[in-house]
Amino acid sequence: MTIAAATNENLAQISNVLVYSAMAVYTLAFLAHIAEWVLGSRSKVGRTAAALTAARKAAAPAPAVQVRTAGGGTAVLDKPEVADRPEVVTRSATAARDVPDGPGAAGGDEQGDLYGRIAVSLTTLAFLLEAAGVVARALSVQRAPWGNMYEFSLTFSTVATGAYLGFLLAKKSIRWLGLPLVTTVLLDLGIATKWLYTESDQLVPALDSYWLWIHVSTAIFCGAVFYIGAVATLLYLFRDAYEVKVERGEKPGAFARSVMERLPSAASFDKLAYRVNAAVFPLWTFTIIAGAIWAGDAWGRYWGWDPKEVWSFITWVAYACYLHARATVGWKGRKAAYLALVAFACWLFNYYGVNIWVDGLHSYAGVD
Amino acid sequence: MSNTEQTEQTEQPEQREQAERAEQPEQAEQAEQRLSTAPRQDDDGTVTLPSLGFVGWIRWFWRQLTSMRVALILLFLLSLGAVPGSLIPQNGVDATKVEAFKKAHTTLAPIYEKLQLFDVYSSVWFSAVYILLFVSLIGCILPRTWQFTGQLRSRPPGAPKRLTRLPAYTTWRTTASPDEAREAALRLLRKHRFRTHTAGDAVAAEKGYLREAGNLLFHVALIVMLVAFAWGQLYRSEGGKLVVEGDGFSNTLIQYDDFRSGTMFSTHDLEPFSFELKQFTGTYETSGPQRGTPRTFEADVTYAEAGGPDKKAVIRVNEPLKVGDAKVYLIQHGYAPVVTVRDARGKVVFKEAVPLLPTDANVSSQGVIKVMDGYRNAKGEKEQLGFPAFFVPTFAGKGQGEMFSQFPGLVFPALNLSAYHGDLRVDSGVPQNVYQLDTSKMKPYEDANGEIFKKTLLPGETMTLPDGAGSITFEKEIKEWASFQISQQPGNGWALGGAVAALLGLVGSLFVQRRRIWVRAVEGADGVTVVEMAGLGRSESPKLPEELAGLAAALHSVAPSAPPRNDPEPDPDTEQAVPAVPAEGAEKCCASPGDDPRTPSSRSDGETSHEASQGATQ
Ligand code: HEM
Repeated sequence: MTIAAATNENLAQISNVLVYSAMAVYTLAFLAHIAEWVLGSRSKVGRTAAALTAARKAAAPAPAVQVRTAGGGTAVLDKPEVADRPEVVTRSATAARDVPDGPGAAGGDEQGDLYGRIAVSLTTLAFLLEAAGVVARALSVQRAPWGNMYEFSLTFSTVATGAYLGFLLAKKSIRWLGLPLVTTVLLDLGIATKWLYTESDQLVPALDSYWLWIHVSTAIFCGAVFYIGAVATLLYLFRDAYEVKVERGEKPGAFARSVMERLPSAASFDKLAYRVNAAVFPLWTFTIIAGAIWAGDAWGRYWGWDPKEVWSFITWVAYACYLHARATVGWKGRKAAYLALVAFACWLFNYYGVNIWVDGLHSYAGVD
Repeated sequence: MSNTEQTEQTEQPEQREQAERAEQPEQAEQAEQRLSTAPRQDDDGTVTLPSLGFVGWIRWFWRQLTSMRVALILLFLLSLGAVPGSLIPQNGVDATKVEAFKKAHTTLAPIYEKLQLFDVYSSVWFSAVYILLFVSLIGCILPRTWQFTGQLRSRPPGAPKRLTRLPAYTTWRTTASPDEAREAALRLLRKHRFRTHTAGDAVAAEKGYLREAGNLLFHVALIVMLVAFAWGQLYRSEGGKLVVEGDGFSNTLIQYDDFRSGTMFSTHDLEPFSFELKQFTGTYETSGPQRGTPRTFEADVTYAEAGGPDKKAVIRVNEPLKVGDAKVYLIQHGYAPVVTVRDARGKVVFKEAVPLLPTDANVSSQGVIKVMDGYRNAKGEKEQLGFPAFFVPTFAGKGQGEMFSQFPGLVFPALNLSAYHGDLRVDSGVPQNVYQLDTSKMKPYEDANGEIFKKTLLPGETMTLPDGAGSITFEKEIKEWASFQISQQPGNGWALGGAVAALLGLVGSLFVQRRRIWVRAVEGADGVTVVEMAGLGRSESPKLPEELAGLAAALHSVAPSAPPRNDPEPDPDTEQAVPAVPAEGAEKCCASPGDDPRTPSSRSDGETSHEASQGATQ
């Protein structure tokens, strides 16, 4: 028994060391991202303005059809050996702005790109360290590592980084997320280690259930992905404001121009944000249902308007609101984006606010 | 855009569809026929007031209520309205906290009370919002269901005249005859589970009805959940019962310590069963900073349904016992020391386990031992006895201050008693708390100094009362008790079923794309067959061009290209300036699935069928 306890303490110690190492590596990744952005500012990219002026000119006489030829992105069938294959031509909305995505933080600068790659490698390393830290923690407590807010925060940032790396692996152009993500992860880990730290220990009986695995793991996953959606939404708002400005013929400041030009277009951000939010919404719904089933077992009622339940509900309704807004013509774009941000703010409040300021039955916070 | 919306507003979609069907198959704009059953929208902010009479107003009101914009506002209000309930203590959640709040905020509390802020979730205003929302929901579902079944019964609309306008398009000249090409297309699309038929010179196909079906299912499931929840509230019952090890409970109203129920509940609804608490086991962390934190709580019980055989079960904190509609939850536990009281003649007049109530996390407990009958004092008179009792499972040791327990487990139990005699007033008619002593008709025993007679006992020790009045023994056996909550809430199954259906519907609604594909095959001017294929997706359908490409390739292998012409006609794509019909992800390249085109992904953004129909109205 005592031997087991000692190993557990050792593992907890190892977990702490791993988490601190991960923080150190994340810091390096943060610096590398900064270098990427700084070096990238050397290149002068001005595609947005070019594209928008071109579109204005083209639009003037008649709504010209933009048919893209094979080189310019026209769909080509998947039997290239057949010489006379039919080609699929696709068209987009006439109303939407036709703006290409920016080249990314490095702005095509070779050195910047190098630093960007270094940043991604460092992020991967930090992710592995952090994930190992989570596993060590789980082993030390011999249960799911989600018994208190410290463990919750740890897992949350691990999953967010994992999701980001997953997107990169799937060759999605999501490198723009690197800097904001690493910044948030550092913040999250800083808060977790400084204020939320709890000695590794077992669970109180009320939390000891297999629903913990189901409910909490999906909750963490939803949070991490909602986070990505929220960053995309926020950048959409910035980028959209920038595009509107350029479209009106104004000249934004040099800094704004340098940063914004390198980001994907507003339309890309918007679409990504929508896809991400829509994709996790059913999972979030499931999380709430699983929570209700668990509450039914633990407290004798599946829904009792406990603050945590209330805020999950509010978050859910807020995201439902956002999805409705997207389907409603007049509410598309910026208005829907604000709703998405409100919804994510609700999620954040449910996590930090309710645990810290509001007391209810969800007694897992482990903070005083 | 506003152009479209006005059309949408003024036209009844059903009428329009009928009109379009009537003109088949030559109607060119059928492609843009509504691909969705989303309700008409008037979201451009202008609300046109009717100049009609009463019926007109009702109709206008109904239309407003069931519009998407109002649904949005109501949804927003619902989440906003839920906020105060999480910040202000609620009667339904914790009534004692509400009392404390009222004491602390004497000016604010009456205002809150007026605004029903202590009962947010049953308040008039909160109910109003969700009832309106659900009326709106029903008003939204009914016409959409109607429309959707109509769409299911009718066949996919015929091909528009100019397929080139559609978001994804391809064409080639083939050696196959038009009939052969159409036949092949029909077979191909059927194989891909499109609803398909030939209309005129083209094959029309549609797929992804699961989207609307899922969406409807989701919204209907919301209603089912709400009704189940309301039903459960009306018929629920919930009561508490404290049971000492070795004792039992049978599910009748009189056996409960406390009982609450919904307004429609009747006692016949109580599930007939009984159970006996065999043993309660609690274990606690024995070391480290969280020493004393509970680790396991387990109640071993045997239970029997009406007339049935005894069965064994273990009730844990997260694992209630389910008997029929009822669930038995483990709520609390504590200790019940066994004491023996002897009267002046040495006769045992009382021997029982007395449950005491925990007052802190380490289960320091208190209560009263009441001896009602059978006791005679030294003079031979009948009297009643009362012993205020403090119990700690782990005693700090004599002279270590107060009776506060050091640990919740039974490590070093001690019982502190004082003693009163006289009339307990249990028959006075005033309801009595079993854990408190009414001393108005009782006198304490006193020691030699005239102080209240008091003693701390260890297991097996006896306290002898002064003047030969008898004795009380703290037996070595210490029982535990557990309190249970027995709840019955009908409708749980429906709520769960609704939730699962909602989830499935949501997945269908968010992940399935509804889209149409047309294949036209006609003989060109030079006698060679020209095949045209085009696709139209509703809202976000980034995969549409890819899908069309795949289908075209398959069809192309059956209807291969004809040798090139000598005098090439202009490519139909570039033929003339035609306003494009937008679709989500329209221009995404579909060369090789999985490759990531660095090209700007679509500029169009989730265009719905509304913009699509714009093409039609221009
Ligand atoms: C309890 C309230 C409601 C909730 C929680 C809710 C939730 C949702 C969600 C999550 C979606 C997204 C699914 C999708 O995009 O297909 C959706 C879609 C939709 N909802 Fe609701 N809804 C509610 C009430 C209503 C009401 C009252 C209406 C009618 C006015 C309505 C009409 C629609 C429509 C038409 C769509 C499909 C949007 C599209 O075309 O994609 N909903 N709803």
